[in-house]
Amino acid sequence: MVNFTKYRWLYFFISALVIGIGLFSLIKWGYRYSIEFVGGTQLEYQLSREASIQEIRKIFIENGAEIVEILLEGKNLSVRTKAINEKKELGIRTALEKNLSIRIDILRIETVGPTLGKEMVRKTLVAALLATLGILIYMIYAFKGINYAAAAIIANLHDLIVVVGSYSLLSHFFKAEVDTMFVTAVLTTMSFSLHDTIVIFDKIREYRHSGSNEKIEYYANKALTETMVRSINNSMTILFMLLSLTLLGGSTIRFFIITLLIGTITGTYSSPFVATPILVWLEKRKIKG
Amino acid sequence: MKFIKTLLLISITILIIWIDLPENLPVNFNLGKKKINFKINPLSLDINFLGLSIKKKFNTQLGLDLKGGSHLVFEAQTSKTKPEDLNDALSSARDIIEKRVNLYGISEPSVQTLKSGNKYRIAVDIPGVTDINEAVKLIGKTAQLQFTEEATSDAKIATQTPLFLRVTKPTGLTGKDIKKATVTFDNQTGKPQVSLNFSGEGANLFSKITERNVGKPVGIFLDDYPLSIPTVQQVISDGNAVITGNFTVDQAKELAISINSGALPLSINLVEQRNIGPSLGEKEVRQSVFAGLIGLTMVLIFMIVYYGNLGAIASISLIIYGLISFAIFRTIPVVLTLPGIAGFILSIGMAVDSNILIFERIKEELRKGKKFEIAIKLGFGRAIDAIKDANITTLTVAFILFNPLNWEFLPQFGMVRGFALTLGIGVATSLFTGVVITRRLINIFYKKS
Repeated sequence: MVNFTKYRWLYFFISALVIGIGLFSLIKWGYRYSIEFVGGTQLEYQLSREASIQEIRKIFIENGAEIVEILLEGKNLSVRTKAINEKKELGIRTALEKNLSIRIDILRIETVGPTLGKEMVRKTLVAALLATLGILIYMIYAFKGINYAAAAIIANLHDLIVVVGSYSLLSHFFKAEVDTMFVTAVLTTMSFSLHDTIVIFDKIREYRHSGSNEKIEYYANKALTETMVRSINNSMTILFMLLSLTLLGGSTIRFFIITLLIGTITGTYSSPFVATPILVWLEKRKIKG
Repeated sequence: MKFIKTLLLISITILIIWIDLPENLPVNFNLGKKKINFKINPLSLDINFLGLSIKKKFNTQLGLDLKGGSHLVFEAQTSKTKPEDLNDALSSARDIIEKRVNLYGISEPSVQTLKSGNKYRIAVDIPGVTDINEAVKLIGKTAQLQFTEEATSDAKIATQTPLFLRVTKPTGLTGKDIKKATVTFDNQTGKPQVSLNFSGEGANLFSKITERNVGKPVGIFLDDYPLSIPTVQQVISDGNAVITGNFTVDQAKELAISINSGALPLSINLVEQRNIGPSLGEKEVRQSVFAGLIGLTMVLIFMIVYYGNLGAIASISLIIYGLISFAIFRTIPVVLTLPGIAGFILSIGMAVDSNILIFERIKEELRKGKKFEIAIKLGFGRAIDAIKDANITTLTVAFILFNPLNWEFLPQFGMVRGFALTLGIGVATSLFTGVVITRRLINIFYKKS
């Protein structure tokens, strides 16, 4: 049997470090939001002659426009960017005309509103809170006491903060955007993390009910030792899936998959190394008090 | 008994496989001199049985992000709205339209506002292209519902003018005061009608209106067009009313949807309609499906290598699991979008986990020196607790995110629901296959050997 609970300061340090870096990035840099959240501008130009799409793209970027989609069919240029104002559009247009020595007729300039209303975001948050409450109630019932439920929820929050924080790093350094897929990835992570934690807690509960009167640490260590193979095997299968999707899958879902990857890792990590130490601590407090 | 059971099992298997068949897969080969040439398609029903007609195609429904659909652009009439209220009116119109399209049964549309110069537009992207005209009609309905009463009490004038011109005085009771509208059927005639359930204040107002108009007509107008002008028989104070009229079932349903979603704050008309491609390119989707299959194969190989025979059985049970879930998706039908697929993949992961949990338990019992048969029995029995707790919590999460009771304060549509639906179906199915089917398979294989 491995004495897992002995190294709780190490786990605490690792979690604090990861969360600290994530939160630092979140506060300092925040996120880039996708066009679904912030809306954007749709431009359609008629060019006087055909031009290279690479050069057009370069000029847009040089003038500070964030391109979401660019399409060039013959002399018809259609570009979707994050919201830009009229002045900026004029700047881009003049730069295009000058650098490529072409003439441009405007077919359409349109400001596009966000597809995700504030309403939607708010309701999703309410749903997440209610789901947490539901879990709390079920676990209090199934594990007969609030400590298991509280520890599982804290571990779940830990994973939420890890994913949300590290995504801000991805957002800053690799231009990942907060979009619907990110929201999905967060929800997936939280479900997975909970599932993983419950499997371990179930073991601890089983040992405690088996009769002998040992300390909670003993049961926790025994449960962790026995579930470690299962935890690793289980995460391995998920990692296989996600790695093949990262390496072979399309580029638009790459950040989604990477977020799921981070979620799986923290979800697997948090069950033995966050949820269990917290449970042990809570149970010991109960005995003392 | 056993014969019937086997027969039932075989027919269910055939049904599931039939539903799961690929779409439009051409088959061309020569069998001796005969040329075989046909297309494989999943089951599609078109039955007329005792006057009951069942028409159903079991095809995969893909969402906007994977398949594309129709792009509709509506222009808003802004002349009647104050400039400072315009943005609010537009975004509330956006929300109402989203609600209507969803209530109509189209999953996961994308609705956004567009501003171009001083033109205000709303773009609606709808997956697939069926029933577009119906959808357009429904989206564009302003749905200003109004209750009116007689403008004059002069009996002489009253009898000379047509009924709908007489009831012109607004009562202050409008669609806003209605809590819920549902389609019901008249007890006597069997005709469809729309039942209204007023909010507290609405019920109060309605009670007062009926009180002062007993024996007189009251008008119910939709967008200044009379829907029905019943004569009040008695005071109605319970907050319920019905709108009768010559509705077809579809019209009644449409009316109920537009009342439930609320009135559009400004009127809109269609200015553009075209088909759009998927937001995720076809190549992307194909690549990802390929990658997913490779990943799945690796999972299966891993299970077989690590757990031997048991792993092979689990792999078979996983494949059965995949087929059953897919058949359920096609039957309901579930519109598959990227979040939906994520939910499904997560449920696959949990199904694998159920198997691993059981096997680790069996190994544990074997290490204790138990016989194989007893170890299997104990392993299943002990693992079931953990599987049950873990899956029930996941189902709770899926249930709340899916919001089956359609509560206002939870997401009533969109990607979160798509995710929750596939996750919920997947987990429920995996509870069944992971426990029942894997166990059956183990029994079958080990009894023989």
